Amino acid sequence: MAVKSVIEAVREAIREEMARDPKVFVIGEDVGIRGGVFLATLGLAEEFGYDRVIDAPLAEASIMGIALGAAFRGMRPIPEVQFSDFVWPSINQLIGEAARTCYGTNGALQVPMVIRMPYGGGIRGGLFHSQNVETHFFHTPGLKVVTPSTPYDAKGLLKSAIRDNNPVVFLEHKKTYRLVRGEVPDEEYTLPLGKADIKRTGSHITVVSYGLTLHYCLEAAEELAGEGIDVEVVDLRTLTPLDTETILESVKKTGKLAIVHEDNITGGVGAEIAALAAGQAFEYLDGPIMRVCGPDVPTMPFAQTLEDAYMPTADKIADGLRKLAAY
Amino acid sequence: MPRKRTTTTQADGANGARAKTRLPKGLKNSDLVDYYTRLVQARSLDERIWALNRQGKVPIAASSQGHEAAQLGSLLAAEKDGDCFLFPYYRDLALKVAAGLTPVQTMMSFMGKAGDPYSNGRQFPLQGADLPHKIIQISNVVAAGLTQSVGYALGCRMAGEKTVVLVYFGDGATSQGETHEAMNFASIHKLPVIFICENNRYAISTPKTSQMAIEEFADRASSYGFPGFTVDGMDLVACYEATREAIIHARSQGPVLLEMMVERFMSHTTDDDDSRYRPEGEVERARERDPVVTLARTLIDETILTQKQVDEIAAAVLKATDEATDIADASSPPDESGLHDMVYSP
Amino acid sequence: MSITIELPHVGESVVEGTIGKWLKKPGDTVKRYEPLVEIITDKVTMEVPSPVDGSVVRLLAEEGETLPMGAPIAEVATADSPEGAEPETASIEIETAAPDSPGTTGYLLKNVTPVGPTGGAVVEIEEPTGTTADAAATQPAAPAAPVTPAPAAAPPAPSGSTRLSPAVRRLAQEHSVDVSQVQGTGLGGRITRDDVLKFVESGPATAPAAAPARQPAGETSADGEETYITVTPVRRMIAEAMVKSVSEIPSAWSTVEVDVTSLVSLRASVRAEFEQKQGSSLTYLPFVIKAVVEALKEFPTMNATWGGDKIILKNRVNLGLAVAAPGGLIVPVLHNADQLSIAGLAAAAKDLADRARTKKLTLNDVQGGTFTLNNTGALGSYLSGPIINYPQAGILTTETIQKRAVVIDDAIAIRSMMNICLAFDHRINDGSEASGFMAAVKSKLQKMAPGTSIY
Repeated sequence: MAVKSVIEAVREAIREEMARDPKVFVIGEDVGIRGGVFLATLGLAEEFGYDRVIDAPLAEASIMGIALGAAFRGMRPIPEVQFSDFVWPSINQLIGEAARTCYGTNGALQVPMVIRMPYGGGIRGGLFHSQNVETHFFHTPGLKVVTPSTPYDAKGLLKSAIRDNNPVVFLEHKKTYRLVRGEVPDEEYTLPLGKADIKRTGSHITVVSYGLTLHYCLEAAEELAGEGIDVEVVDLRTLTPLDTETILESVKKTGKLAIVHEDNITGGVGAEIAALAAGQAFEYLDGPIMRVCGPDVPTMPFAQTLEDAYMPTADKIADGLRKLAAY
Repeated sequence: MPRKRTTTTQADGANGARAKTRLPKGLKNSDLVDYYTRLVQARSLDERIWALNRQGKVPIAASSQGHEAAQLGSLLAAEKDGDCFLFPYYRDLALKVAAGLTPVQTMMSFMGKAGDPYSNGRQFPLQGADLPHKIIQISNVVAAGLTQSVGYALGCRMAGEKTVVLVYFGDGATSQGETHEAMNFASIHKLPVIFICENNRYAISTPKTSQMAIEEFADRASSYGFPGFTVDGMDLVACYEATREAIIHARSQGPVLLEMMVERFMSHTTDDDDSRYRPEGEVERARERDPVVTLARTLIDETILTQKQVDEIAAAVLKATDEATDIADASSPPDESGLHDMVYSP
Repeated sequence: MSITIELPHVGESVVEGTIGKWLKKPGDTVKRYEPLVEIITDKVTMEVPSPVDGSVVRLLAEEGETLPMGAPIAEVATADSPEGAEPETASIEIETAAPDSPGTTGYLLKNVTPVGPTGGAVVEIEEPTGTTADAAATQPAAPAAPVTPAPAAAPPAPSGSTRLSPAVRRLAQEHSVDVSQVQGTGLGGRITRDDVLKFVESGPATAPAAAPARQPAGETSADGEETYITVTPVRRMIAEAMVKSVSEIPSAWSTVEVDVTSLVSLRASVRAEFEQKQGSSLTYLPFVIKAVVEALKEFPTMNATWGGDKIILKNRVNLGLAVAAPGGLIVPVLHNADQLSIAGLAAAAKDLADRARTKKLTLNDVQGGTFTLNNTGALGSYLSGPIINYPQAGILTTETIQKRAVVIDDAIAIRSMMNICLAFDHRINDGSEASGFMAAVKSKLQKMAPGTSIY
């Protein structure tokens, strides 16, 4: 196995799927000649042609709507939203139209579309290059939402997403693009959507996370292991469909649950998981459910001190888990 | 490219005989009779649906009365061509019925009964998809279909097909940002898309003068580098002609904009009362150009149909409407057990 | 000083570069940010700027030479240093070493400037000195002003250690555990799930109710000289309570003899009827409780606790009755004992004792005691030195009832005699109060005779 970065894994997944199925195409701003501002599609236009890696005009709504229309015709588009912060102009085509197409046509039409977006902060991106947008899609029936945290997961999940017949919002934390490296098999593989992955087994506390903060949870777990606190770290990998079985099984095993995410705390994915555990694992809870999340502040400010104050870190997570362990 | 207004004209010959109107290319008398029948059927269903709404049996309806010539004229051209796909909007009742929906199916859809072909009762009437008749209309968000139709055309091209996509919208939609985005993209890539604006000069209550600063929407096409035409939308044959030529152009050279000037005879929907905002007498004057009446007159004048035949068509259509009403009224809405079906594709 | 310029990292997929063209030669001065050399990679050709003002000392690579990223390519002397001094590597520490086996979970790089906020430039040149500071600043290290607006609030301390979590309740039910017997090791003394599970594993075995619990056989020492018995949570609790009592309370001791002859007659006269009506035997206990409780009302400082700067008198009389339960001593509490008749006390005491032996006591049953009574005489004791049930003011024992020869009016009579012993907190009461209390108990017991109503 080779060690690769997340962006390399993403690029490979797109490339392999485009080679495998001529109906797969990419459309977005600067995806063609430039290879994407994060180089996610580097070299693909040269390899597959500029009519399969389309440089769209700067018009987010039409990128989404045109991709959707092509999906109606049976193509498998991969529209790229250059930054999650810019998805809002296209939100009707995604949440209003794409999510409702299968249901609203009673299954006559399907939407095999993967909407890729770099998201998340911690890279001095300020309010318009750092946003966490997952909750809006998580809350929309008809969409699937995927949030990988490792190169292995990113590649396997993206391939599955491209082969899925539903609109899949594929969220790539931009800070993990270069900063997370891991082993990626050389041979062909896919990973199923809707299955969480226990990245670290433990017996005292269940920590659920995804994206960049998953790695901070692993660091916190290592630190706490030295203090005799054994933390189980569950990587959701997919938000919709949510792997409720793995979450509940883990909570029943440990009795204590913490959810960590970078997104604003109120109404975030953590709130849903807390309600899930309180509702379906009530008899197994030996402590209150804890969330270590981004504060309710527009994500996220530009100045270093403000960004640091915002971001969940391994230390903040470890502090919280210590308190939960002592309860 | 010069814009043109087209109308059919009649002129008396020197010997007093009426000159036969030259039918446009590709059109036979039988086509006109066929389409007249479809038009009358659509009108009949439209009127019945409004009556049913007032009886509480149809929750909501948007009428196409006054728009029929534009809708059916363009449909006729698309059918004759044989390789077109349609993205109508919410006022295209006549178009969707004439495209092949039976009266029973139409009534089922308006009453929200199981078996509604567009969405099986999940959506507003005639909203969703009627793929056997090559129709998609996903939502009510105005102009959302324009970018989708452009994407569809892109998909067809990728599949190696020559399909021409016709997308319909009202004058209100011309203000939406996505309308611009769709036309822009289609023009850049020279996609075979015909943008058909059914301009009735009202977006609910907003008059055309509050919707655009220019006189004719067709003028905007040139700013995208493709041709635009204003057409008499009350003249079925004129609309057929304009669309036929647009299809040819679109297939080889790229987008065309057709602004079909129509009249809206009814309020915006069954929930609207346009007497609040339309000048007195305006609708009555518009009804003088009713396409049902004018086309019947043309067919009789051209001795394609007799008055008796026209009456027989009217009677048959009414009978079909009555039967469809009874059948749909007696059928059941979708079972609640299907609520969760089809949220996701397998 | 001299610094070494290295071939900078320009992108994660770029591992080496070729020197295209040197733009400066040894001896040339170079300004900060001025291009120094042209580098060719498989992605791009780019100019590398000098990080400092200075002059080129020597070139360490030749045009056309291919080198890995990070390799030294030139030495530049900065203005305020002698040339030829030891070159100090001001290298840009871009990547940390990868762990040996990253696995598919991978690892998070530190000390790397991540891609810029608005994208990954094809050419990722970091201006060396300026960037190093930035790179350090972007570390997820301790922020300058750590303010944590949102994250983990500490879980609320369970109030009074009486709240049981759902997991604890469920496990207690499943394993028939009396949680009042479980020692809590959680926050604020809370009983945790693990506490219950441990209790279940090492919990008291069910023993016959009357017999004193025998310690379970334990492990033998390696040399066979000793046997170890595991200390149960109950044992531990008792031990801790005893140590606390003797170490904190200065306890004094007093005893009096009580002539219970007429009490014996009283009991004999009402016993049959009582036992027929109630279905249970009538012991001396309820009579003793009655006397003690009335005496406590007359001597409220015996129904109190030491409060440091105050003596806290308890307004209720909640009498603890020591019971030998399987697993160890338990003191269930008879609340508001002053409000019951002798018959009522009999019933209440019996109920408590039964429930103690069958492990059905509730938390309320073992809390709130203000004075304790222990019938040490049941096993034949004649005098006892009890240990005060912390933090009460006193504990009273009743010893065995014996027929003894005593002198009454200068004649010898055979009387039923029972000693009662009192250990009391000498901080709260002196000998006079203690004696007064004892005298009151004695007096009341001696007044009980056939005709005294037990209802």
